[in-house]
Amino acid sequence: MTMTSQTPRELPHAEWGRVRQSRRTADRAMKIITTGFTFIAIFVLFWILGMLVVKGIGGLSAATFTAVTPGPGSEGGGLANAIVGSFVLTFLGIAIATPIGVLAGTWLAEYGRGKQLANLIRFINDILLSAPSILIGLFVYVILVEPFRGYSGWAGGVALGIIAIPVIVRTTEDMLNLVPAPLREAGAALGAPPSVVTTAVTWRAAKAGMVTGILLALARIAGETAPLLFTALNNNFWFSPTLVGGVSNLPVTIYQFASAPYENWQQLAWAGSLIITMSILLLSVAARRIVRGSK
Amino acid sequence: MTAVTDMTSAPSAPAIRKTPKATFDFVFRNASFLAALLVLVLLAGIMVSMVIGGWPAFREFGFGFITSSVWDTQNEQYGAWPAIVGTLATAMIALVIGVPLSLGIAIYLTQLAPPWFKGPVSTAIELLAAVPSIIYGMWGLFVFVPLFAQYVQVPLSNIVEGMPLIGTVLYARSPSGLGIFTAGMILAFMIIPFIASITRDMLEQIPSVLRESAYGIGATTWEVVRHVLVPQAGVAIIGAIMLGLGRALGETMAVTFVVGNANRLSASILDPGSTIASRIANEFNEAMGLQLNALIALGCILFFVTFIVLVIARLLVSRVKRY
Repeated sequence: MTMTSQTPRELPHAEWGRVRQSRRTADRAMKIITTGFTFIAIFVLFWILGMLVVKGIGGLSAATFTAVTPGPGSEGGGLANAIVGSFVLTFLGIAIATPIGVLAGTWLAEYGRGKQLANLIRFINDILLSAPSILIGLFVYVILVEPFRGYSGWAGGVALGIIAIPVIVRTTEDMLNLVPAPLREAGAALGAPPSVVTTAVTWRAAKAGMVTGILLALARIAGETAPLLFTALNNNFWFSPTLVGGVSNLPVTIYQFASAPYENWQQLAWAGSLIITMSILLLSVAARRIVRGSK
Repeated sequence: MTAVTDMTSAPSAPAIRKTPKATFDFVFRNASFLAALLVLVLLAGIMVSMVIGGWPAFREFGFGFITSSVWDTQNEQYGAWPAIVGTLATAMIALVIGVPLSLGIAIYLTQLAPPWFKGPVSTAIELLAAVPSIIYGMWGLFVFVPLFAQYVQVPLSNIVEGMPLIGTVLYARSPSGLGIFTAGMILAFMIIPFIASITRDMLEQIPSVLRESAYGIGATTWEVVRHVLVPQAGVAIIGAIMLGLGRALGETMAVTFVVGNANRLSASILDPGSTIASRIANEFNEAMGLQLNALIALGCILFFVTFIVLVIARLLVSRVKRY
């Protein structure tokens, strides 16, 4: 009796009891490794952000936002046309994607329940969601650039829109599915047809979540580079208001300037990277806040 | 519904409230249906445009387009083999490095992290997904590549030089830091947030009764993870890994920055190479004629490979969600 009650207390780790050393080691090793892995990922995030701040902040000045991108070998310059161009393309993309994405998500959540076709569309949408963006650039090149014999901001906007649509479809459907059915039934009981129930009741109830989806889509397309290479291209001056011909934009400017031999180009590439990354990170954090607030 | 419309349109009833118009209902329903159909049309459109755009190259070179390693713009000879191998090699390296890291993060977040720390860490991992791919490319090219060349490639090449097999796979002919391995490494960090967050969600869905009963019979945390949680979430974790693979295969900008963009095939993973996406991004704007078709044909191959991978991934992930 005395023997058995005393044995655990004599062990070095009383809380472990009589656990084999090998099991203890395996457990300890797993905890250290997984914690270490997590900190590696966090470290990389802060390494990237730190690099952007250190290298980018020196290139930020009033001229960055007012002057146009410099030509090869010229002094100074800024990113004004690239920043404005990026805004135009991104909002064009969102303007195309929002109505389509919201309507498609609404159909999946409100009209398509239990339909085989809805399952197929949902599945294909999930695939489009992770389809390589360069393929979407190629697709838009084939349908909009080649036939019209020239790069244009419209093609760039369409390419970004196609990337944004699946994001908006997915979040809209998810958010509408969270709206309790009695709300819809109450609307229908008042004599409202399905379209009125959806627009006046369901959409209103799910508004915060749907806005979040649109913001996330905005964050997703704001930094896209590959699809713009073959559609909106880029140039070093103010683009034409009709958006025909190359439209300057931040991602492609960064791509072209980053490894260029001119020091002012490199400086601007870093400044542009800082601007674009910080805007996107702020946008994603804000979107997440809205979701948490509405829940 | 017809009864309601009849009542409100009756002359005796005062028209105080707006009469819902049947036309609006019809238009709304069909507009949303067409928008949903557009999703299908888009995917079909991408598929058809890739096949048609790449057709001249497929017709010219036949099956040799896939197996040939020649990419000669002067003589108009095009083969996809080095780009295909580069794509698969970078994606595999990304998985080998990225999967253990992602699973470790998911396990840490669900089993070990103190509650106050969970939120910030989750956000940090998700922000890793929000960083644009071109920024990863710049980090890779200007920060990671010089360090990698100086502290890993040069010493490693000196050690393995002349060794059989290892000397071939790990020897860098020009230790510039650029190459297939560097690209895979950068890709690993880009796919971590996707794999980690899906795995985390899957682990959280497992009923806590299962965990508690395993702890109740004296299992350690590692044993609970290894013998209870991972088998439960297994299929979904494989699905998450396939989703990460889909990302890695098609990633363009980050890879273009660091892969070295060499057209020849090298046996060493430290030598420069190219992937399908990086080849397209590099050459597309200067391409004409058959080269353009060959590049779209490359895109076509990429489309079908990622399509198959993503279909499998989605099927695996959704199969588990049901219960």
